[in-house]
Amino acid sequence: MPAKRIIPCLDVKEGRTVKGINFEGLADVGDPVELGARYASDGADELVYLDISASKEGRNTFTELVSRIAERINIPFTVGGGISSVEDAARLLDAGADKITINSAAVANPDLITQISSRYGRQFVVVAIDAKKVDGTWRVTTHGGSRLTDRELFSWAKEVEDRGAGEIMFTSMDHDGTRNGYPCETFANLCDSLSIPVIASGGAGSADDIAAVLSQGKADAALAASIFHYGETTIKELKESLAKKGIDVRN
Amino acid sequence: MIAVIDYNMGNIRSLGYALQRLGAEWKLTSCAEEISAASHVILPGVGNAAEAMENLNRLQLPELIWKIRRPVLGICVGMQVMCRYSEEGDAECMGIFDAKVRRFKESPGVKVPNMGWSPLANMESKLFKGIESGEYVYFVHSYYAPLCPDTIATSRHPELFSAALKYENFYGCQFHPEKSGEVGSRILDNFLKL
Repeated sequence: MPAKRIIPCLDVKEGRTVKGINFEGLADVGDPVELGARYASDGADELVYLDISASKEGRNTFTELVSRIAERINIPFTVGGGISSVEDAARLLDAGADKITINSAAVANPDLITQISSRYGRQFVVVAIDAKKVDGTWRVTTHGGSRLTDRELFSWAKEVEDRGAGEIMFTSMDHDGTRNGYPCETFANLCDSLSIPVIASGGAGSADDIAAVLSQGKADAALAASIFHYGETTIKELKESLAKKGIDVRN
Repeated sequence: MIAVIDYNMGNIRSLGYALQRLGAEWKLTSCAEEISAASHVILPGVGNAAEAMENLNRLQLPELIWKIRRPVLGICVGMQVMCRYSEEGDAECMGIFDAKVRRFKESPGVKVPNMGWSPLANMESKLFKGIESGEYVYFVHSYYAPLCPDTIATSRHPELFSAALKYENFYGCQFHPEKSGEVGSRILDNFLKL
């Protein structure tokens, strides 16, 4: 069985890292390549880069950035943000991305998952699902949680798997940004209902939260941003703490 | 010069960058003269084994690869098509390694694809010089070669499978050395020194 993965997420705008503190010995924390290389040497298992640029120029800058990341980083990395067509995915693959992540575009056009997966393989497609609980039902949302859809989390996740996604990244919009931990029972049910890996995102406030979602929550990987960017814990420290709790991580 | 065989099977950019980081000169090619003249040959591969074999056959590459006496390394699907057969698309393969490639079976707690970092064990080759048992490499695959006489390293999902194979000058690894951090780059470097 593969080790549980720890995946830092870097938000990129106009080619620069948005969040992040000054790490010791890191000249430019705003450079996504330098910051990613730092995380990789600190023990990150993969990296996720999300483009949050709004402009077309920003998107072009991001594609160039993906090439620089591929040239430098020797662990797998996923890119996302604004991918809405097979052509967008192809452009990022050509630039050197190992995987792409799609979210709202997959909800709007589920066939996009099928098309990208059949052309470039299941391993290339990570579908992100944002959901929140409404009257006892987990409903899928889009556009950063601002739009509620009629889709239900578990049936959508199954459809995403059947259409050829290689992984699912699930965020509870009720927990995202709260730093109060993850809904572990929902994660466990989701993981049991799927045969592809599940990445837990949104809600980590501490190493204990991550330990909980990887053990009770049965998630295969945990994605986190702020606990690393603000230097509260390093990936190395987090992994040591997970290993002490008996969780299988890559040392 | 290292020849990376071009048979239209997936993105080789990461592999190219990994070779570049090691200071190696390489070329993507399907030209028989260039492949035969190379000091080392790499057969990469992402995607479907049956399609990979079709492409190799169309380019008449299996006969050429068989005759190479310099070190050859198949990576992932590149390794699988060097086996005898693959269940993926019911493909007759090149028959260099004495293994039939099978699909992992999903079961509670066993995810397919096997995606992520797993430890290597039972390494028996110069390919793993300086690598200790228990060091992790990165896998992404739904099909695997079972243990066989050509196995030179193992991993688990959850049963043991061949993480690497060797027959004479032919090597294969199921994991992606180009994506396996420092350990992966040492393995690639070891290959280039064979």
